[in-house]
Amino acid sequence: MSLFSNTAILLGKELRTEFRSRELLTTTAVFILIVLVLFSFAINPGTEEAREFAPGLLWLAILFASSLMFQSCFLREQTNDTLSSLRLAVSDPFAIFLAKLIANTLFLLLTELLMLPFFAIFYNIPLWSKLPVLILVLFVGSLGISIAGTAISAISAQARMRELLLPLLLLPLLTPVLVVSTLVTASLLDREPVVQWKGIGFLAVFDLIFLTALWLFGEYLLEE
Amino acid sequence: MSPVTSLRIPPTGLRFDNIDKRYGGLFALRRVSFEIAPGECVVLAGRNGSGKTTLLRVAAQIVKPTAGKLSFPGGDAAPPAHGRPGYVAHTTMVYDELTAKENLLLFGKLQNVEDPAARAEELLREVGLLERRDSLVRTFSRGMRQRIAIARALIHRPSVLLFDEPATGLDPPGITWLANSLREVNRAGCTVVMSLHGESEISALATRAVQLDAGSVIADTKSGASLHSILTFGSA
Repeated sequence: MSLFSNTAILLGKELRTEFRSRELLTTTAVFILIVLVLFSFAINPGTEEAREFAPGLLWLAILFASSLMFQSCFLREQTNDTLSSLRLAVSDPFAIFLAKLIANTLFLLLTELLMLPFFAIFYNIPLWSKLPVLILVLFVGSLGISIAGTAISAISAQARMRELLLPLLLLPLLTPVLVVSTLVTASLLDREPVVQWKGIGFLAVFDLIFLTALWLFGEYLLEE
Repeated sequence: MSPVTSLRIPPTGLRFDNIDKRYGGLFALRRVSFEIAPGECVVLAGRNGSGKTTLLRVAAQIVKPTAGKLSFPGGDAAPPAHGRPGYVAHTTMVYDELTAKENLLLFGKLQNVEDPAARAEELLREVGLLERRDSLVRTFSRGMRQRIAIARALIHRPSVLLFDEPATGLDPPGITWLANSLREVNRAGCTVVMSLHGESEISALATRAVQLDAGSVIADTKSGASLHSILTFGSA
């Protein structure tokens, strides 16, 4: 059976279990919302200051919320040793990663889309006219976060100090994504918006490199 | 033909060639070498920590040996062309958040089982969970979980079955059912390897016992008296 059909079956499982428990979506959405609300008290909405800092706050909130999501990504496969049964069943272990990272990207993107109206209201930033490009930036940024996060989640799930290890490995690794996503979002939300295609291209290349690395070495991350 | 016995042919054996498995400085398995003929029913015996579970996980290809080679005589290559071994572990290896039927469908589809829905229904009937097919596994008792774990291991009609303490959580009728099912699959040509403690209806099926201690094989017998002795007293 091909990699893609295995991935599709596993993606169906990921979506079904998540929409049944709503564990990850709720945690991520609530976390992002809390961060946005708290910082909206510290920054005066509608000012230049808000325009300047809001994109960074948005991406920091996404990054921290995603690290909560990745904590349980592979950890919940350990409860009943289902990771072993998946490894026994799939023809290519990369299908396990691919399904998980697609699911994580979808969950992250869905949460971000739900949070965008709150972001626009709390920081008084009109988004409507820039929405298509903003969604593209959110997609390439979230994909990068998910690829790296899924890989680190597989490593940390087998470690003893997993709660500490995941953010410790993930946050430095995602610094380039955070910086570039923030810059691209900031110039997009400026009073004179500019689409930084070079930044979007950088994020796409980051995604491609990490996806290739995961495809080449992912199998070793699943070994006992 | 019963759902559990409708297994794949040809039967496949197992060969362990100088298998070592080391975790850091600790040897879980040390130079384990023996062969299991296609269709044989073998019990792995030994004290806690003797290496039975590690050996079964190596055979299931979940754990890679540090040294040595695992092969499947009778099969075409490792993993056997006609399916990977069916493995029942200490844990259920199924998803609590999915129903019994969804779990079997998931693993059936992943392993390219022909008509996975029909196969899942067959097995659910066989393991006595047909009426609970749409219940989430997390609502199941320990015995029911063990039944669904066994059904998952059989879904792709494997020619080698590996059981780690298969009677865990089963009530006496459950143990009888399992013993009968194992007898059927073994008669149909399936190679069965299981780790057990003590004699039971299930151990009575074994035609050979391999005893492990500190990761090494210390006894390997087909004789009835020695087999009884290993299972009952822990030594030949």
